[in-house]
Amino acid sequence: MTAARQIYAIVRKDLLLELRAREQVIGMAVFALLTLVTFNFAFDLTGVDRAASGSGALWVAIIFAGLLGMGRAAAIDRQQGAWEGLLLSPADRGTIFLGKLASALLFIGIVEALALAVFAALFSLPVLRPMVLVVVGLGTVGLGTLGTLFSVMAATTRAREVMLPVLLFPLALPVVISAVRATTLLLTDRQSEVGPWISLLLGFDVLFLGISYLVFGHAVEE
Amino acid sequence: MMAVAGTGITRTQAVPGDRTAVPATPAIEATGLTKRYGNRLALQDVSLRVEAGECVGVFGPNGAGKSTLLRVLATLVRPTTGQIRCYGLEMPAQASELRRLIGAVGHQTYLYEDLTVWENLDFYARLYGLRDAAGRIQQVLDLLGLGDRAEDRVRALSRGLQQRLAIARAILHRPWVLLLDEPDTGLDREGRDRLAGIIGEQVGLGGAVVLTTHAVEFGCQVASRVLFLDRGRLRWERPAGEELVDELERQLRRRA
Repeated sequence: MTAARQIYAIVRKDLLLELRAREQVIGMAVFALLTLVTFNFAFDLTGVDRAASGSGALWVAIIFAGLLGMGRAAAIDRQQGAWEGLLLSPADRGTIFLGKLASALLFIGIVEALALAVFAALFSLPVLRPMVLVVVGLGTVGLGTLGTLFSVMAATTRAREVMLPVLLFPLALPVVISAVRATTLLLTDRQSEVGPWISLLLGFDVLFLGISYLVFGHAVEE
Repeated sequence: MMAVAGTGITRTQAVPGDRTAVPATPAIEATGLTKRYGNRLALQDVSLRVEAGECVGVFGPNGAGKSTLLRVLATLVRPTTGQIRCYGLEMPAQASELRRLIGAVGHQTYLYEDLTVWENLDFYARLYGLRDAAGRIQQVLDLLGLGDRAEDRVRALSRGLQQRLAIARAILHRPWVLLLDEPDTGLDREGRDRLAGIIGEQVGLGGAVVLTTHAVEFGCQVASRVLFLDRGRLRWERPAGEELVDELERQLRRRA
């Protein structure tokens, strides 16, 4: 119960900060919408590859918006050493990780809701189906988990804006590939083939969540 | 009730602020602390013992290792070698419980500038699971003379008032050990008097304080014992007193 209260406190604080400063969600949303609009005009959406192009555009928007948001969140926590205030509290490192992950997923989720609505309108693809939403959710958890871990690590380095994608990219690759493939299959009505990709996504989510929870303490200590 | 290992006190008793549960063990026992950053040794084999009801002033020139020592004691930095026990709790095995007993002021304020004074303290009160959080927040705000600034955003406060709030944050959960790294930075005379009062109360209630400051007179006034660090090593320790002020000033000038 204590951990749940501490996670709630972290999410509540992040939400309050966002309501005050509006430094994350607006930037992430603009970035995601800009990506979707650009891809919409760049691709020939009358062809048979519309679903493949569309799912690619959707995940590019989600990944880059997520990176932008998580990098910014880590930077906000570093201002005035507030991050160290958090580390000084009795909340254990794993709980702090879960709190930061919950905040990241909340903000990315808000941007995804908007991006999916715009995507559906621009690309005329049935993206608002339950299974597509499940895939988006699973992909987001995987990216959010790694992003939360690496954004905290990158925040201590000099080239933090560069370090986050550099650290994230190799490990996030299986999540990205699985998410894009699963989304494409669902958008082309090939539900029967999507099972293995969803299993893979789920597996990586569980693996990354477990590892990140365990190593977060070492990642944040000097 | 579960016992907090090594302290002889129960977990229920070990809630912040419960001074009746302060055990008779030393507040801080650190042995052989060394911290290496690459090739540089920030701390070299430092050992110290701080009793409950004692305020220890740590002096030394810039780069002597004072802040590193306090950061190690605060569990923010893991020592390369050495052991720390705080009221019998061991680092890193009992870090979470140990952090509940510690309040720290650092070079930065540990505050969120876009939150109000109250929201900042409320956030930390939630992390510490304080009962009667609102009452305690009001109490520490009044203690630091910030009662009428509760609804102001932190960024709207002067440096001195932000420092007062940083001190309020550190004492919010009624810690048994206060680790104060140059807590008088930016404080005016009134702020410094309030800080001295808080340190006095902490010591009087059986808590412990470790303090670094460049204000030698202030440090010697509030501390009962003085440690001198230089280049990561503990050079000497003596009882504090007015007669030590000139000696400390001289040594600090010589090593500057």
